[in-house]
Amino acid sequence: MKTNRLGHWLAIFFGTLYFLLPLVATFEFSLRKLRGVYSFEAYRVVLADPQFQSSFVYSVVLAVITIVFGMAIIVPMAYFVELRLRKLRPFVEFVTLLPLVVPAIVIVFGYLRLYNSSSLLPLTNTSTGTSFLLTCGYVTLALPYMYRSVETGLRAIDVRTLTEAAESLGASAGTIIWRIILPNIRSAMLSGAFLTFAIVIGEFTFASLLNRPAFGPYLQLIGANRAYEPAALAVMAFMITWACMGLIQVISRNTVAARP
Amino acid sequence: MSFIEISHLRKSFGANTVVHDFDLSIDKGEFVSFLGPSGCGKTTILRMIAGFETASAGAIQIGGTEVTHLPPSRRKVGMVFQAYALFPNLTVAGNIGFGLKIAGKDKGEIDARVAEMLELIKLPDLGSRYPYQLSGGQQQRVALARALAVKPEVLLLDEPLSALDAKIRVSLREEIRALQRDLGITTVFVTHDQEEALSISDRIVVMNEGRADQIGTPSDIYNNPATRFVASFVGTLNLLEARVVDPAAGRLSIDGQPVMTTRDLSAFGIADETTVALRPEALTLGDGNGDRNTLSGTVEEVAFLGAVIRVRVRLSEARLSLDLFNDPALQLPRIGAPAAISFKREDLLVMDRR
Repeated sequence: MKTNRLGHWLAIFFGTLYFLLPLVATFEFSLRKLRGVYSFEAYRVVLADPQFQSSFVYSVVLAVITIVFGMAIIVPMAYFVELRLRKLRPFVEFVTLLPLVVPAIVIVFGYLRLYNSSSLLPLTNTSTGTSFLLTCGYVTLALPYMYRSVETGLRAIDVRTLTEAAESLGASAGTIIWRIILPNIRSAMLSGAFLTFAIVIGEFTFASLLNRPAFGPYLQLIGANRAYEPAALAVMAFMITWACMGLIQVISRNTVAARP
Repeated sequence: MSFIEISHLRKSFGANTVVHDFDLSIDKGEFVSFLGPSGCGKTTILRMIAGFETASAGAIQIGGTEVTHLPPSRRKVGMVFQAYALFPNLTVAGNIGFGLKIAGKDKGEIDARVAEMLELIKLPDLGSRYPYQLSGGQQQRVALARALAVKPEVLLLDEPLSALDAKIRVSLREEIRALQRDLGITTVFVTHDQEEALSISDRIVVMNEGRADQIGTPSDIYNNPATRFVASFVGTLNLLEARVVDPAAGRLSIDGQPVMTTRDLSAFGIADETTVALRPEALTLGDGNGDRNTLSGTVEEVAFLGAVIRVRVRLSEARLSLDLFNDPALQLPRIGAPAAISFKREDLLVMDRR
């Protein structure tokens, strides 16, 4: 029994060491910009860099647009699949998982072939068009996470009976989605939104190949040219991801507490 | 002209027909129950009345208006579901006022109607609670108030008591019936519980394999079952094989013992085999007088069921059960002792050939 417990603690110790040691080392390294003392100089330099600010704001804006755009597509689709087309559920699940199987680089080359300057829909001719294309790519990339979150939320409520109850009270499909379904899957949608945010903020392949000033390519650029700043950026990127995960936990815990 | 007219209604899912050529007329203010086992088509008919299922053939009229192809939101029906279906994100008041809000009523009117409905369901102080803060019985009351708040022409109840415990079920069904009488609203109630249907309905439709086996008052259904299925589904019943001896005189024999019935035997010939039925509560122990039938047998089992004691008696082949009211002074028969059972001639039910 004692040996067993010791084994568990050893497993936890080595697991924690495996995950935390590189992070602690990176953090420690990021504090060494000034010779002989620990300081947040690398963070100050990064935060003061106008390119950091613009690329970060650009990625945040795109993440928000991706979330809105993605939810506008996924919520009604998942709702109607749950309500009327349950037989199609395995097929839809398969389709939504495809972005995990098809590499991002394949998708982006597909986009470039379809929407380049000599195509019928030359989206890459303008920066707005290219940003739109990048948003579409992000929606595709976030599809598995968004769909799964929303679907989990929908499965937790009796979509069919709630819809029928609202219909019998005179509500239209739009009203039912807006007033009944969305409020009841809010925490699931927020989970999907934070996951999407975390993915978009650090995404490199799409943004780089579409040549957009996003945070991912900026991370790569700094990484190639500076010593301490990339470590500071890596720590900041982790903090953003953790903040998103923490918010998911807080929201789901509050939801559970509110509805025992 | 009836208030609800259902004519030649059929519903098929692919090759599987679940409702066959169903006809029913329901008067205004009537309380009609659909009673039957799972899969008999009762809920499908209710859902077709509500508009949640599309009829494969036939027509439904409500108040003289053809509604067969109207969406649920335009049928003026209120529905109460087995699973309550209260909107979890809305308070009790929000739930009750939902339909009125959709109809564009002003806030004052909504508040007044919500207060009125809360009084009606005897939950005047719970308007600000959320559904998860209520018991099952309270949730179902709120669901009823929500359905009634919009003043529907028809109230549809889809097994609304099934998810509740026994005591609440009895009290709530009495409340539902009292409310229905007060409001005079035409109501269709679906249940698989015969006691519920018998106690609450003006008329009962007994469903079997997508067809109405019998439509009648609770007393009719119980005392004069039209088919073997109705007889066996509604109440406990002894089903016995009998031979017709003299159809004109109403004479039969059960296990070789002569009995008489007041039921019509004109459809049978001499020596035809038929099935007869006897309710356990129609039988008494001991010889009857000249007007009563008497069967002789041996006591096989005595079971104490609380309010009643069920005695099983074996004739030469057939077995039948009879119920005695529990009385401490009652001398219970011994197992293996000879016993005579008597019953009135009109209590001997003769099943048709279906």
